[in-house]
Amino acid sequence: MSSPRYWRGIPQRYRLEAGKCKKCGKIYFPPRLICDECKSREFEKVNLPKEGKILTYTIIRVAPSQCTDQAPYAMGIVELSAGSTGKDGVKILSQIADCDFDKLEIGMPVRIEFRKIYQEGEAGIICYGYKCVPV
Amino acid sequence: MVGITGYGVYIPRHRIKVEEIAKVWGADAQAYKKGLFVEEKSVPGPDQDTITMSVEATFSALKRAQIDPKKIGAVYVGSESHPYAVKPSGTTVAEAIGACPDVHCADFEFACKAGSEAMFVCLGLVSSDSIEYGLAIGADTSQGAPGDALEYTAAAGAAAFIMGKDNIIAEAIDTYSYMTDTPDFWRREYQFYPRHASRFTGEPAYFKHILGAGKAMLEKVKMKPNDFQYAVFHQPNGKFPQRVGRLLGFEKKQIETGLLCPKLGNTYSGSSPMGLTAILDEAKPNDLIFMVSYGSGAGSDAFVWRVTERINQVRDSAVKTRDMLNNNKSYLEYGTYAKYRGKIRKGE
Ligand SMILES: [Zn+2]
Repeated sequence: MSSPRYWRGIPQRYRLEAGKCKKCGKIYFPPRLICDECKSREFEKVNLPKEGKILTYTIIRVAPSQCTDQAPYAMGIVELSAGSTGKDGVKILSQIADCDFDKLEIGMPVRIEFRKIYQEGEAGIICYGYKCVPV
Repeated sequence: MVGITGYGVYIPRHRIKVEEIAKVWGADAQAYKKGLFVEEKSVPGPDQDTITMSVEATFSALKRAQIDPKKIGAVYVGSESHPYAVKPSGTTVAEAIGACPDVHCADFEFACKAGSEAMFVCLGLVSSDSIEYGLAIGADTSQGAPGDALEYTAAAGAAAFIMGKDNIIAEAIDTYSYMTDTPDFWRREYQFYPRHASRFTGEPAYFKHILGAGKAMLEKVKMKPNDFQYAVFHQPNGKFPQRVGRLLGFEKKQIETGLLCPKLGNTYSGSSPMGLTAILDEAKPNDLIFMVSYGSGAGSDAFVWRVTERINQVRDSAVKTRDMLNNNKSYLEYGTYAKYRGKIRKGE
């Protein structure tokens, strides 16, 4: 990933910063410019809650080139708890780290941890972001 | 009054036992266990480094401090394993916790003393009212050369402290520092593993500086070892801190609460700061804590802390150090450990 592209995503990757429509309350992660429910252009920043549960998951055994050292690893869709956002939980795609594959199950509670996502070889940038770990 | 308003710790879940390392190098595991008083050590996962552990330790510190991260005016990360040679760890930590951009960042390096150094500087900036709160971190994912004595202890962990004037849980009564030029342990630029001067790391290095700082600190505050409920010293192995404590006049029961090394290993910049977090997890209001760090090269920072009533309100707000040390462990074989730590040379 190029340095500028990584940098643009830092608020989302590091702090789970989402956009909440000021008119209808719908939450977008990553944020958008126009609400597709009510067409409003006014959003406020909210940080998504750091707890949730696994909706579904899979084990990646043939990984993309930057992640081959990590394979096999689990990826999941995680529904974050509603928390202070006051709406249905936002669903995110995330690696599920520090887990035993035979103990993974749908509905399992997880929380967000700050981890290294991958690095650009030996000389490039190190990309950080969120992963989920079992509670 | 200045001091700690929140503290937090992070320990990766992976461990490797002394036996597993000794087996590979044909070494005598029992001799190492007895000689170093270490049973196992923590190992960072392939997706963990000084920055990720610092961020997680800080989230726990923020839960206990209960402050808006925007009020943090300084983020100082002390480590000898900053992930980049050039690019600060502090800015990533500050960004992740939401302290940017109104903040001052610096990365500290002083072998194992970089964490207490960050604490020392934050206390100074807070007491001079230059900042309202300062975040001081000691974190490392240190490496010993394969087969070297250091490999049995070099471990991973982080401790974070938010220093301030309000809502203090441990007041910094006083500090004292003691430094000389002593080449006992070093790593030159572009070298992967550090070098050390074997036995020279003991008497003229570790013991001279901790005893020098410890004795002067006691004189400065006019206190005696038995005035303290707890004492914590740098822990390159399990034996040195017990011996240096005895030489200063402390008893075993004052030292054992903060002695994490036998099950954790040496977390370098995280070592005595993490020991302090284990003590804060158990201390009572008005308890006095004596702390002396040590970093090769060489120097020691000494602190005298007095615990306040607020400790009882915040202690349970985040994970405790011994719980993270003793629960949810995952033991590695040497091969996986070598892969996780980047010790295997691969093709392009
Ligand atoms: Zn809307």
